[in-house]
Amino acid sequence: MDRFVFLTVDGLSRGAVYAAFALALVLIWRAARVVNFAQGAMAVAAAYVAYTVAAQTGSYWLGFVVAIVVGLLLGALVDRAVMRFVDHTSPLNPVIVALGLVLLIQAVLGMVYGSEFRPAEAPFSRSALSVGGVAVLSPYDLFVFAAIGVVVSGLAWMFARTPVGLRMRAAAFAPEVSRLLGVNVGGMLTLGWALASGVGALAAMLVIPTELGLHPHAMDLVFVSAFTVAVVGGLDSPPGAVVGGLVVGLLLSYVSGYAGSDLTPLAVLVLLLAVLLVRPGGLFAPVAARRV
Amino acid sequence: MSATDLLVVRGLVAGYGAAPVLQAIDLTVPAGTIAAVVGANGAGKTTLLRALSGMIRPAAGQVLLAGEDLRGTPVEQLVRRGMAHVPEGRGVISELTVDENLRLGGLWRRDRADAGRALDEVYQLFEPLARRRRHLGHQLSGGERQMLALGRALVGRPRLLLLDEPSLGLAPRVVARTMALLRQLRDQTGLTVLLVEQNVRSALAVADQGVVMALGRVVTAAPAAELRDDVELRHAYLGF
Repeated sequence: MDRFVFLTVDGLSRGAVYAAFALALVLIWRAARVVNFAQGAMAVAAAYVAYTVAAQTGSYWLGFVVAIVVGLLLGALVDRAVMRFVDHTSPLNPVIVALGLVLLIQAVLGMVYGSEFRPAEAPFSRSALSVGGVAVLSPYDLFVFAAIGVVVSGLAWMFARTPVGLRMRAAAFAPEVSRLLGVNVGGMLTLGWALASGVGALAAMLVIPTELGLHPHAMDLVFVSAFTVAVVGGLDSPPGAVVGGLVVGLLLSYVSGYAGSDLTPLAVLVLLLAVLLVRPGGLFAPVAARRV
Repeated sequence: MSATDLLVVRGLVAGYGAAPVLQAIDLTVPAGTIAAVVGANGAGKTTLLRALSGMIRPAAGQVLLAGEDLRGTPVEQLVRRGMAHVPEGRGVISELTVDENLRLGGLWRRDRADAGRALDEVYQLFEPLARRRRHLGHQLSGGERQMLALGRALVGRPRLLLLDEPSLGLAPRVVARTMALLRQLRDQTGLTVLLVEQNVRSALAVADQGVVMALGRVVTAAPAAELRDDVELRHAYLGF
């Protein structure tokens, strides 16, 4: 029972990170119809800058804020300086360019910071608090849930209730019509990239302290899981990304806990394959609107 | 050009790729009037509207809206100059609700209070939309979509309304109602309309001015009543 509770909480905590990272993928997919394969590398870059700032100033929280800001700016930069110039007629073009960005960012990080693992400290204790003799939640888990809860509900509120959210949705669904209605579609696209990259940076800041530490490839496996989550939930569905993230986090935690951690990458791929075979649009794919 | 001409087009050349579709279009629409552009398929009617609203860049020529040259104005700025374009197929965003579609039409406005008033007016004008505020665009009937697209343009309180084939795929009764509404808006609010239509009869019935296009040129521009009565012209270009 102890073990089950531990695995469940651990799975949900990791799942929350997957959810955020998958949400970032979904945001860009919805806005630009690009699967941003560079998201992991971009998020790691933001985390490196954050930990440099934290080391210089001695303040983790200043570094945390810097990570988000660098994430936002990096997203906007990638859109304005790179993706804007990619020919989107074939979906393969942006994918190849994104993969190129991964190589570039990881090479630069390796040159600047070296390619050994650097310790990344967590701002809260990671040892679990006990309730009635059963180890349940660590303060860090609570922090992860709170941070991601705030970001996800903030984004949901923004998209559903604010004028800028309405503009972003309109620009994504119908760019031409939106321009005729005075929406700056290019600006919305950049904003979408910035937000997604900011969310990605947050996810990296939350997950890196739970793993081996900072490394140019630190987010590679998280990216694979998050990509699976996005496909499982449906690339077009933000709620799908969130629910899918939690489900995949749980699944991987149980597989790793009961069947061995060697099997988790395999479990991710099996899940991806199964969903692609059975429901390629994702479990939360909306009913296709009939266009007349 | 007189002071009352809201839209003046001079020598407009535009198209897709090398061969221009529009060849030196000249056109004048006085403020507070309805102009109907009619002509066969492929005459360049839709291209004309797209060139006017900047969706395609003219290769040559001038577009003046109330005396201001629109060359180089980005598409998203035109609505701020008072030009609203309701595209062919009407462009209702089917993933958004009726209310969101309508609000989108007024989001660019700084005068939020008046944007709210304009929204209320549109709901009064199109009563069926008020009953379906929360419905998604793709749940609406063709007639309701028509209302929604038109209403969304009106929320921006345009001076000039560009309408591309409002009768497309709609029942004659709905078309007649739309045309009557355009007339009503012209009389009550001084709205200027440039209407592109295949449905020549109903377009000329409501318009002040008729513009006949063929093969990318304006063949003739005359008071609509004259065109309706000119049997030879009708036979030659309009097919009835």
